[in-house]
Amino acid sequence: MTKALPLLEFTDVHVHFPIRAGFFKKEVGRIRAVNGVSFTIRKGQAFGLVGESGCGKSTVARAALRLEEATSGSIRYAGEHISLFTGEERIKFRKRMQAVFQDPFSSLNPRMKAGQIIAEPIRVHGVKPAGEVRAEVDRLLELVGLPLRFANLYPHEMSGGQRQRIGIARALALGPELIVADEAVSALDVSIQAQIITLLEDLQRDLGLTYLFIGHDLSVVRHICDQVAVMYLGRIVEMAPSEELFANPTHPYTRALIDAVPNPDPAAEAGRHIEPLQGEVPSPANPPSGCVFHPRCPLATDRCRQEAPDLGPVAPEHSVACWNAG
Amino acid sequence: MAAYVLRRLIGSVLVMWAVATLVFFMLRLVPGDPIAAMLADVGGPEEIAAMKAKLGLDRSLLVQYGLWFSNALQGDLGASIYGSRVPVTQIIAEAIPRTLSLSLLSFVIAIVIALPAGIISATRRNTLTDNAVSFLAFLGLSMPDFWLAILLIIIFAANLQWLPAVGYIPLAEGFWPWLRHLILPAIAIGTAFSAIIARMIRSSLLEVLSSDYMRTARSKGLTPRMLMFGHALPNAMIPVITVMGIAFALLISGAVVVENVFAIKGLGRVLIEGILNRDYPVVQGAILVVSAIFVFSNLIVDLLYGVIDPRIRLH
Repeated sequence: MTKALPLLEFTDVHVHFPIRAGFFKKEVGRIRAVNGVSFTIRKGQAFGLVGESGCGKSTVARAALRLEEATSGSIRYAGEHISLFTGEERIKFRKRMQAVFQDPFSSLNPRMKAGQIIAEPIRVHGVKPAGEVRAEVDRLLELVGLPLRFANLYPHEMSGGQRQRIGIARALALGPELIVADEAVSALDVSIQAQIITLLEDLQRDLGLTYLFIGHDLSVVRHICDQVAVMYLGRIVEMAPSEELFANPTHPYTRALIDAVPNPDPAAEAGRHIEPLQGEVPSPANPPSGCVFHPRCPLATDRCRQEAPDLGPVAPEHSVACWNAG
Repeated sequence: MAAYVLRRLIGSVLVMWAVATLVFFMLRLVPGDPIAAMLADVGGPEEIAAMKAKLGLDRSLLVQYGLWFSNALQGDLGASIYGSRVPVTQIIAEAIPRTLSLSLLSFVIAIVIALPAGIISATRRNTLTDNAVSFLAFLGLSMPDFWLAILLIIIFAANLQWLPAVGYIPLAEGFWPWLRHLILPAIAIGTAFSAIIARMIRSSLLEVLSSDYMRTARSKGLTPRMLMFGHALPNAMIPVITVMGIAFALLISGAVVVENVFAIKGLGRVLIEGILNRDYPVVQGAILVVSAIFVFSNLIVDLLYGVIDPRIRLH
């Protein structure tokens, strides 16, 4: 397989939030939400980012969308640094990368009809002349499998799955190459999740989209993504092609996550022994020394407590940040 | 919708009837006999009795109430018991434009101050600007309106002599003379009102600005202006409209006090004079009108909901 061009590249990206206190709002600490993250998403790829709540995966998404500025490191889109985009370029960049957000109940403006929600970006960016906006909205509704009459409905008149389809149509309105799906199906019922995932897969095939798919449900990520990165406390701890990661999870954290996925067969599930992960996720304001996972790791050694491991290859295209790997 | 409006209108009329009835009987419970006071120096018991008979005050309370009520239904609110016995409807018809001019101008001034203040303090949350705006709002809220009125008169009328201290010129005699006479009282009333609204806009806007659909709107690549006026403000105004409706009552009660300071013979002054003189028909008439303003401004707010928030269905 020849490799497609890199579309989105993160190189040692940090996103820190200052903690301020006192009368003079002095910085007393930092929340290291994203702490040195590097990855590359190639054109046409579906890249999955998984981890527990608070591990920084949504901050990665926000940084990619420039809803959050990176503290250091570089984020490049099609080879260009996104932090350098200004004015025109920034608007052009907006058209190329769009987002589908988690909660379809709160992510749509309650005072706008679905048709207006989808039409707004088309109008604002002048994607289509005014006379063709209506037809474009109809085309997008059809694309996401909604009847055209939905253009006249308000978000509160729709179900969660229907709203998420509106959210996807809205994201597609600007004809983007890359869609950031931040927990795009997590808020939906399982049966609706399956429909939306199928829709996302169809759209990827038909429109040649690239996905940054963020989730915490491993079975969903496994289904849709061809490359997966596991995040823990602001760092990527393991990254591999989907099949490889699920077949040979190497980082103890990845293994624990995969073990935690319930088996749909009740008989097999009943007999299965799971070793649950001990302890809590430490605070990103005060991360542990050495490997950030060591306080919860069953394999932790003295070295783990003192030195932080870097992401290193254990197999072709499979890298892990663990002293005990490989 | 039509059924809803009809139902609310019937309800409004019932409320006004209840208020009028309550006021009718409460007024007569207040100690003090207007006729005895009126004729204290000039008449003996016979004259007082004759005057009472003439004004119908010698009959039983229930009969008086029945008469007043049936006349009121026909649009006749009686006449002042003093002097040349001016009809109450005429007194009120003269007072209403003054009070409404004053209240509406206060309302406009309040919004003109509150809207930018609320937006600025919400978008610059916890900065020096926000704190300054909050401090001013607090000051405005805690300052009694009659005191502010006197202060304004001292500064702008007495010392600087920019604006007149007292009086009222009807709008028909020119916009500028009308406005000149109303600016100071309108500021005195509108300040507290604007403080309430600015605080409300701030908190409501902060909530909306952190909402998921604002993130969605930002990711569409809209300009800050489109974000604020297209998405944030329309949603943030929903709770603000409620407060405005309730606080409109504040404007009217503010007008009662401030009209007296500026010697504007509006509803407030009519009401106060009526109460002091135990001029029963005048007080009843004025309160009927004030209750109508309350009831209908609340009705308008409820109807506005359906317009500004599509999630609310009126039925």
